[in-house]
Amino acid sequence: MLITTPNLTRADESYARLIATHDGLTEAESHALNARLILILMNHIGDHAILAEAMRLARDPRPAAP
Amino acid sequence: MKHDVPERYALAFRLYPYARSPDQDARAPVRHRVIVVGGGPVGLATALDLGRRAIPVLLLDDHEGPGLGSRALCFAKRTLEICDRLGAAAPMLEKGVQWNLGKVFRDDRLLYEFNLLPEGGHAMPAFINLQQPWFEKFLHDAILSAQAEGAPIELRGKNRVDAITPDTDHVTLTVMTPDGPYHLEADWLIACDGARSPLRGMMGLGFEGRVFEDNFLIADVKMKADFPTERWFWFEPHFKSGDSALLHKQPDDIWRIDFQLGWNIDRAKELEPARIRARVDAMLGPGVDYELDWCSIYTFQCRRMERFRHGRVLFAGDSAHQVSPFGARGANSGIQDVDNLAWKLALVVQGAAPDSLLDSYDAERVHGAEENILNSTRSTDFITPKTPVSRMFRNAVLDLAETLPFARTVVNSGRLSLPCTYDGSALNGPDHPQMPPRTRPGSPCPDAPLAGGWLLAQLGRGFTLLGIGIEVPPQLTLHGLAVDGLTLDPSPELAARYLGDVPGAVYLIRPDQHVAARWDRFESAALGQALARAIGKE
Repeated sequence: MLITTPNLTRADESYARLIATHDGLTEAESHALNARLILILMNHIGDHAILAEAMRLARDPRPAAP
Repeated sequence: MKHDVPERYALAFRLYPYARSPDQDARAPVRHRVIVVGGGPVGLATALDLGRRAIPVLLLDDHEGPGLGSRALCFAKRTLEICDRLGAAAPMLEKGVQWNLGKVFRDDRLLYEFNLLPEGGHAMPAFINLQQPWFEKFLHDAILSAQAEGAPIELRGKNRVDAITPDTDHVTLTVMTPDGPYHLEADWLIACDGARSPLRGMMGLGFEGRVFEDNFLIADVKMKADFPTERWFWFEPHFKSGDSALLHKQPDDIWRIDFQLGWNIDRAKELEPARIRARVDAMLGPGVDYELDWCSIYTFQCRRMERFRHGRVLFAGDSAHQVSPFGARGANSGIQDVDNLAWKLALVVQGAAPDSLLDSYDAERVHGAEENILNSTRSTDFITPKTPVSRMFRNAVLDLAETLPFARTVVNSGRLSLPCTYDGSALNGPDHPQMPPRTRPGSPCPDAPLAGGWLLAQLGRGFTLLGIGIEVPPQLTLHGLAVDGLTLDPSPELAARYLGDVPGAVYLIRPDQHVAARWDRFESAALGQALARAIGKE
């Protein structure tokens, strides 16, 4: 089950780190970094159903029909 | 008057020269039980399998033997097991190059290597590389041996089918020969006439799917090189001879090199020897002495017919489905079609099974084709990304694969052909939850060593009742079919592959060595029911 309730232990710090990770990169380098980051996080999550739900949500952030 | 059946390609071997048949002088079209059209790997194997099952079969080919060119090249373990059942594997293993190790490079760096070597205790290797004409020649040799033992197989070279008229209980064919046309009738027609299947066209049937916008150059190079016997694949190779490249060893000091050329190319120009040599030189480095043996440019498609059975006409191999070459799923899946079709057609022709058994050929092999198309499409999307974002993710995977093992599982330079499990087939009988998933109904039987031989060598003449640690009768007749019983003691391999958590098991095994049903005891009523189901009588 994909967690969509607040789950970040340090939300502001994590977000700031994400932005800072891109410091000094060109747009192409940033895209490539994002791609690597997604793959690393995908592997950490592992479960295909959770990943599929996350991808669906990213594509269309409206809540799924009940 | 001399007619012409022109050769569309040069022959590697002239195996079945044209000879006038008495059928050509018959007043009315002669009726045959089964006619196979096409003398490639799939057609030859079909004729061989049917003939060995004592079904009279006539094969028509518009050539007199296999064409030049290494083409299919990689033959997988399951294909070799099927060929062994057909008496053709020994020379293939002797001539073929066995390989297990694959290396994946990016630019000039080794990303990782993989070993295909399966667990021990299998008669056949994971793969051999063997030029397609040799594969066909060895099947033909096995046909000659089978004929000598009385198998009713006939081959007619330079017999080109120009028209067919399907009827409800037979098919009429118009066949062109150097002596002019004649007519034949067949109870059953098997179309093994390749990806451009003229028979499919004559019947107006579709062949839907995806065409990939890329071109690959095959250069077969003859050289004395000390590269190891491994599959080497490069993404974005440092030698710049293509967007990807593949190096594979063949018999006779020949190496298969594939270069990915992209979509907008001048085909004729890319096939000029000087241009090919420039690419090969860049890859091999200076001072390597070689000659070009055979070259070809191919594009590829992933597509299939909606149905493989059309009444009395059955399509098998590339005529029914086509995949990209990544994963060696073309000829290998065609041979699995034959394996699936021959015993079913034999039972139907003998009147032992209803005609509807052939619908399970369609269901099971459409399932197989879907699996192959899915795998081959995914490999192709990885090797030749279609969009900038797809390329970005592909390259991100490659970036990570150098240091992070998880990313190597995502790298896809071809998911190499594995046999299909017919999950959900109407022919499948009862399963047992404590037995290993790998031998569930629908699965191809994994091999195992027996005292003085191999398990698979004992399976496949007809249905087999296999008792492991449970005694089964040595011979049974059920629904008019002879079922061979085979009782074995559980060796470690048999226990791991067939027993799992139970002390003994009884398996009903189909003539194509796939599991039909399994139990933890022998009960003849349950067996009778499962056999009825497996031959389409239920």
